[in-house]
Amino acid sequence: MSDKTTLPKRRAPLSQLLQPDLEPAPPVVEGTIGAKITVTIDGIETKVPLGTTILEAAKSIGVKIPTLCYHPDLEIAGICRICVVEVEGQRTLQAACAYPITDPIRINTYSRAVRLARRNVLDLILSEHCGDCYSCMKNGNCELQSLAEEYGVDEFRFGHLEVPVPVDDSSYSVVRDMNKCIRCRRCVRTCIDLQEVGVYEAVNRSNRVSIETFLDKPLLTVPCINCGQCINRCPTGALYAKPALHAVWKAIDDPAKHVIIQTAPSPRAAMGEMFGLEPGTTVTYQMNTALKRMGFEHVFDTNFTADLTIIEEGTELILRLYKALVQGDTSVALPQFTSCSPGWVKYAEHFWPEFIPNLSTAKSPQQMFGALIKTYYAEKMGLDPASVVSVALMPCSAKKFECNRPEMNDSGYKDVDFGLTTRELGSMFRQAGLHVPTMPKSDFDDPFGGATGSGLIFGATGGVMESALRTVLELVTGRKLETIYEHGDIIPVRGFEGVRYAELTIDEVGPVPSILAHLVPDWEWLRGATLKVAIAHGTANARKVMEDIKAGGHFSKCHFVEFMACPGGCLGGGGQPIPTSKEIRSARARAIYGEEKTLDVRKSFENPAVVRIYEEFLTDGPCGHKSHELLHTGYIDRGKFIE
Amino acid sequence: MSTSIKSSTNELTFASVPAADGLNKALALSRVDIIDAIHESKLKGRGGAGFPTGTKWNLAAAETRTPKYMICNADEGEPGTFKDRVILTEFPDLVFDGMTIGARAIGASLGLLYLRAEYGYLHEHLENVVARRRKTGLLGRDIAGIEGFNYDVLIAMGAGAYVCGEETALIESLEGFRGEPRNRPPFPVVSGFLGRPSVINNVETLAWVACIFSKGVEWFRSYGTGASAGHKLFSISGDCEHPGVYEFPFGITVAKLLKEVGGEDAKAVQVGGASGRCVPRSEFERRLAFEDVPTGGSIVVFGPDRDMRAIAHNILDFFVDESCGQCTPCRLGNPKLLQGVEMLQEGTCSLQYLNDLKGLARTMQVASKCGLGQTSSVAFMSILEHFENEVLGRKPLL
Ligand SMILES: Cc1cc2nc3c(=O)[nH]c(=O)nc-3n(C[C@H](O)[C@H](O)[C@H](O)COP(=O)(O)O)c2cc1C
Ligand code: SF4
Repeated sequence: MSDKTTLPKRRAPLSQLLQPDLEPAPPVVEGTIGAKITVTIDGIETKVPLGTTILEAAKSIGVKIPTLCYHPDLEIAGICRICVVEVEGQRTLQAACAYPITDPIRINTYSRAVRLARRNVLDLILSEHCGDCYSCMKNGNCELQSLAEEYGVDEFRFGHLEVPVPVDDSSYSVVRDMNKCIRCRRCVRTCIDLQEVGVYEAVNRSNRVSIETFLDKPLLTVPCINCGQCINRCPTGALYAKPALHAVWKAIDDPAKHVIIQTAPSPRAAMGEMFGLEPGTTVTYQMNTALKRMGFEHVFDTNFTADLTIIEEGTELILRLYKALVQGDTSVALPQFTSCSPGWVKYAEHFWPEFIPNLSTAKSPQQMFGALIKTYYAEKMGLDPASVVSVALMPCSAKKFECNRPEMNDSGYKDVDFGLTTRELGSMFRQAGLHVPTMPKSDFDDPFGGATGSGLIFGATGGVMESALRTVLELVTGRKLETIYEHGDIIPVRGFEGVRYAELTIDEVGPVPSILAHLVPDWEWLRGATLKVAIAHGTANARKVMEDIKAGGHFSKCHFVEFMACPGGCLGGGGQPIPTSKEIRSARARAIYGEEKTLDVRKSFENPAVVRIYEEFLTDGPCGHKSHELLHTGYIDRGKFIE
Repeated sequence: MSTSIKSSTNELTFASVPAADGLNKALALSRVDIIDAIHESKLKGRGGAGFPTGTKWNLAAAETRTPKYMICNADEGEPGTFKDRVILTEFPDLVFDGMTIGARAIGASLGLLYLRAEYGYLHEHLENVVARRRKTGLLGRDIAGIEGFNYDVLIAMGAGAYVCGEETALIESLEGFRGEPRNRPPFPVVSGFLGRPSVINNVETLAWVACIFSKGVEWFRSYGTGASAGHKLFSISGDCEHPGVYEFPFGITVAKLLKEVGGEDAKAVQVGGASGRCVPRSEFERRLAFEDVPTGGSIVVFGPDRDMRAIAHNILDFFVDESCGQCTPCRLGNPKLLQGVEMLQEGTCSLQYLNDLKGLARTMQVASKCGLGQTSSVAFMSILEHFENEVLGRKPLL
């Protein structure tokens, strides 16, 4: 609901404002909230809360008003004008997305004037859109294409864009084809308002307006964090994730190559959407079958390395705490930050480089898997690592950048060859005629086996924190987690609020398990300690927490903070099916937590494959020499300006 | 400064009103009485839209949220308009008087004067006036001995965009953003500068406010027409003998005005700047007033030899350049209309396409986000209507 008195979110640095005062706005007067107002839409009367937009009111009675610049996750722009409607008594048409209802108005959503205006607006948009639908990444899932169909566009009345400008494919993750751009500014608002990164801005006036990066530099050379949230909200094919599917097909087709794939939990909770299933329908095991049929030798579960990440990252946290609290080492950086979201990592590298020491050195699950595939797995299978092609199915566009980071070759080869998005794999399935929802089910392959629930919930915001806490609490207390939390669910860290904070007190301690015996002598120093943790998802929320930490506030007292670049966590990633909305992301989260409940092993250190790898391969234990070589990494101070 | 002002500025009403006179008289009244007086005077905005000033102030006064802002729109960007420049140069005190009266009425603690970039040379002059007013107690704390009436003025520079004269774009620009109009509602009286209740008034409107309190409501209302009270400044230019700034009562006919300025042989008159309409000779008996031919004061006279197609081209060219580029109908519509005029010039515009363009123009007028896109095709449409043969390159039927 849009409150008629709220100030839209600001987009420019405060220093740029002419601001004689900046005291916060007084709270909205009591009594106005919750008041209802009668509105008549196309002859139908309905009551809506004061301030509801015409668009929302129409939706509530089943009337669909077309939109283009509107997106439920974003600030209202009201600029495409496709949603105009007639409000009785007003000379001009009104943008339904932006018009708050504060009087008992009468609205017509499809009068002749409205239909003519919409058709004209559509024809104008098409005149600057290079719409070669059949050669477009968004063919079949394009909001503009659907509208053209809906409004019976049969000619380009006002012409058609012919002369293409070069496509910017400099980035490893996000491709920008401005020939398809309709200036709706959803990407601008996503980047500035939603993510508070701000690499795009509308420049120039009039029909010379274009959406550009700073000085129109290639995306690779500006502080883009590759989160791909702009891709998820682009109504046309102007933004898409850099495709890897052709290279993957080529590898599959090459008999000399041994192609394996790891699949992350979030795409499995969303792949169904690529086949028209309701959001929140999990197709994990059907997908395993389809992937094998498609030609992957083996299908592995990224949850395995998610568990490994938890062990390594959890151990790192214990070590940091031990050094700081027991050994009095003041150089230890706390709170420790998670580092499994490559968008967040790059965000931190650009905007908070002074906090790089706080980032866990543990690699992300994708990259840990990559390093193990071409070492442990190749060795075990007697394969030449050079012939192994390692593919990762991720909900994420930043994973494409991550696997191309030059330092990610600790196996002696490129650890992960290709990152595929959920969308890309969806089209590969379709190309192969594989209807995933109706496939028989099959399990993941050894030697990495099935997963624990701990790894699975990595997909949702708070998941990494919950997994880490499950492991740390049990290792330290020696008690079954279920005796501390019902079903072992650590509810305080779950949820969708942008920033969450929780405290957990360690009442008793147990013996140090053998796996950690070489690192700490006992747990006495943790007896009675209160573990303070925080969670932030979406970089706008991350910024809030970081600003607080920098100012020495509340969050600087935390021990461990989970950061995810994308709203909702990985399940809202930039490689997930389009469209996205709060409801869709919640449905995916429910699917993930639902699947997790069905798993027997829900703690990382109980995962038999994890136990085995420390016995067989990483024999000097978590954070040991070998794991440092393969499973840990470093970061780069990138700053905001790139040459 | 324009060198060709016929009626010297001493002849304008503003010259007869002493600085601070209206202000002092207004400050002796209660806030409600100030607003009532403006209501009764029937003063309507001189910036073009003609919104009743009393109503605007009343809406802002009714808002409980503070601080509130009183903003003077000195962006004067409408082609052919230069009367605000004269006021700012010669009678700046009246403008600041008007702002202070408004601030008192609505409860504003800060005034902002948004000055057109091209008027940068007036910046120092205005700062000096403000400094003087601070010294003499017309700005500052407890003004005129009214306890708690604290009010000051800042002068902010525009950056050269016509659209920043539109009140919500002006606010965006004041806040440091791209000058792009906001969605309305909420209107500035509810949520304006920094999201707070704000009144935006034109320079001339505010100067009249000072005059109304100095000379009385009755005096003001005794001029003009029923729906358009008072005098109005006109910026007159083009094919006439005596271009310049004139003061006439509302309701004057085009013909009478042309006689005054020596433009009787005009073929047409563009009233209200580029966003106004083109009035052909056959309609010269019409009156300049909000209820007939509304205007913010710009009058451009077109002599008998003017090419109406070229005029349409010139005006559309202006809008193609000045559209903020935010909303589809204006951003992409104006270039299509301009291209259409070029096609007409080349003889390549089919009647069917011309029809499409007319439909497009109608859409722009109702579906654009702000007044710019809603009015940019008005001149084009009125030229098409009144000079169809000329525009189509046809010989008139005998
Ligand atoms: C494109 C556009 C340009 C405008 N330019 C000006 C301007 O230069 N000066 C002005 O006073 N009003 C201008 N206006 C009108 C203002 O939006 C606003 O209505 C006016 O400042 C209100 O003051 P008033 O009620 O005293 O006339 C413009 C409106 C539009 C749509
Ligand atoms: S009508 Fe023109 S100037 Fe106004 S918001 Fe739209 S594009 Fe900008």
